[in-house]
Amino acid sequence: MEYSPGTEPEPAVTVSGLHVRRGSRPVLAGLSLTIPAGLVVGLIGPSGSGKTTLMRAIVGVQVLRSGTVTVFGRPAGSAALRHRVGYVTQDASVYDDLTVRQNLDYFRVVLGAGRKDVDRVIEATDLGASSAQLTGSLSGGQRSRVSLAVALLGSPELLVLDEPTVGLDPVLRRDLWALFHRLAADGTSLLVSSHVMDEAARCDRLLLMRGGAVLADDTPAGLLAATGTTDIEAAFLSLIEEGS
Amino acid sequence: MTITRTLATAGRVLTQIRHDPRTVALLLLVPSLLIGLVAWIFSDTEVFQSVGPAMIALFPFIVMFLVTSITTLRERRTGTLERLLSMPLGRGDLILGYTLAFGLLAVLQSSIAALFAVTVCGLDIAGSLGLLVAVAVADAILGTALGLLASAFARTEFQVVQFMPLLVFPQILLGGIFLPRDQLPEVLQAIGDALPLSHAIDALTAVAAESHDDAYVLGELLVILAWIAGAVILASLTLRRRTP
Repeated sequence: MEYSPGTEPEPAVTVSGLHVRRGSRPVLAGLSLTIPAGLVVGLIGPSGSGKTTLMRAIVGVQVLRSGTVTVFGRPAGSAALRHRVGYVTQDASVYDDLTVRQNLDYFRVVLGAGRKDVDRVIEATDLGASSAQLTGSLSGGQRSRVSLAVALLGSPELLVLDEPTVGLDPVLRRDLWALFHRLAADGTSLLVSSHVMDEAARCDRLLLMRGGAVLADDTPAGLLAATGTTDIEAAFLSLIEEGS
Repeated sequence: MTITRTLATAGRVLTQIRHDPRTVALLLLVPSLLIGLVAWIFSDTEVFQSVGPAMIALFPFIVMFLVTSITTLRERRTGTLERLLSMPLGRGDLILGYTLAFGLLAVLQSSIAALFAVTVCGLDIAGSLGLLVAVAVADAILGTALGLLASAFARTEFQVVQFMPLLVFPQILLGGIFLPRDQLPEVLQAIGDALPLSHAIDALTAVAAESHDDAYVLGELLVILAWIAGAVILASLTLRRRTP
């Protein structure tokens, strides 16, 4: 889906003046940004740039120092948003001592989703063959897919995915990105973080983060054009050098 | 809070434990083995007859406190707690679900421990055996409830572990096992009299020696139940959806 200015709907997320400290370290210092709805937005930046903290703030599990985070017009983390936002943490947040299906069945009841939803997300994440296995006995890539499957339950309108494709083989990675775009085409807003620059090209829009600040907020093509570079990594470097 | 989500959570916790038969065996048998050890140590004396009832209170209480706080600690560490709290799961659903699941285990564990003390270790019970088991079960559930409270209060894993010496050890020291409470310094006696484990020890000792009537024992039982309810409610109220 091409992003075209002027036709943008109400943003999915609006962050303004966000300050977050973790420990004694300021992670985000006055961050402001918007995340448009119905697109796959890539949150790209090196480890330690504040991606996870921003995602936690959007989901509403992060203690904020100041600033506001609004999701679909409501304060992030408010009760009405809890079944509208799906969140996948960096490490798979699933129960290792339950089977894949038992995990999904439990989270389905918590989310109040229908029984058939479990089969749908198992198929979407290609976990059919391992659905009766204990989650702890699966490979890292499979476990992160179980975690993703949980987030898909109940078809949330906003998916916040923290490095969902780490450690996956290229075929599966391609399939998941295709899934992300299918979801976006159906109206879901996705925020996908990655520290792998080559994944940036697959996003509709990019937020480049470094040191808790947004370096760029553009489409991949726009970013390349603005920096006069041919790949995202070079664009990133050019932006850092420009700023210093 | 909904019944469906509470029961689903209790069912999920029990399914997790069922996948680990060794834990189930340890959970059910360890208190009995420790009671047996104490009986063996004092085999040629009358000491076990006087401390035996206190041991029925002590070991299941500690084991349930530990198991509960470690299970919830694990839930915190694997990120599933954060995930659940970003979902429409009431904090009470989680706490009550855990209480129900571990409460069921506590019923089995304490019944085994009480019957083991009486039949195998030869502890003489002058009063009602049913009342003895009832107090022992309530006492083990108290361990669970305090374990939940400790992990709800804690914001980090380290804090959870620190609550064990803070919440449990003083209750053992001031419970009248080392020195009868009426021989303690006045302030310590007042504190000891108020602590919930003391009520369990008193009730069990009273049943064993039939030194008080059933109304006294039921009164002590009510105090323990009030502590359980208080701890569960406080745990639900203090569990934080947002963490630093």
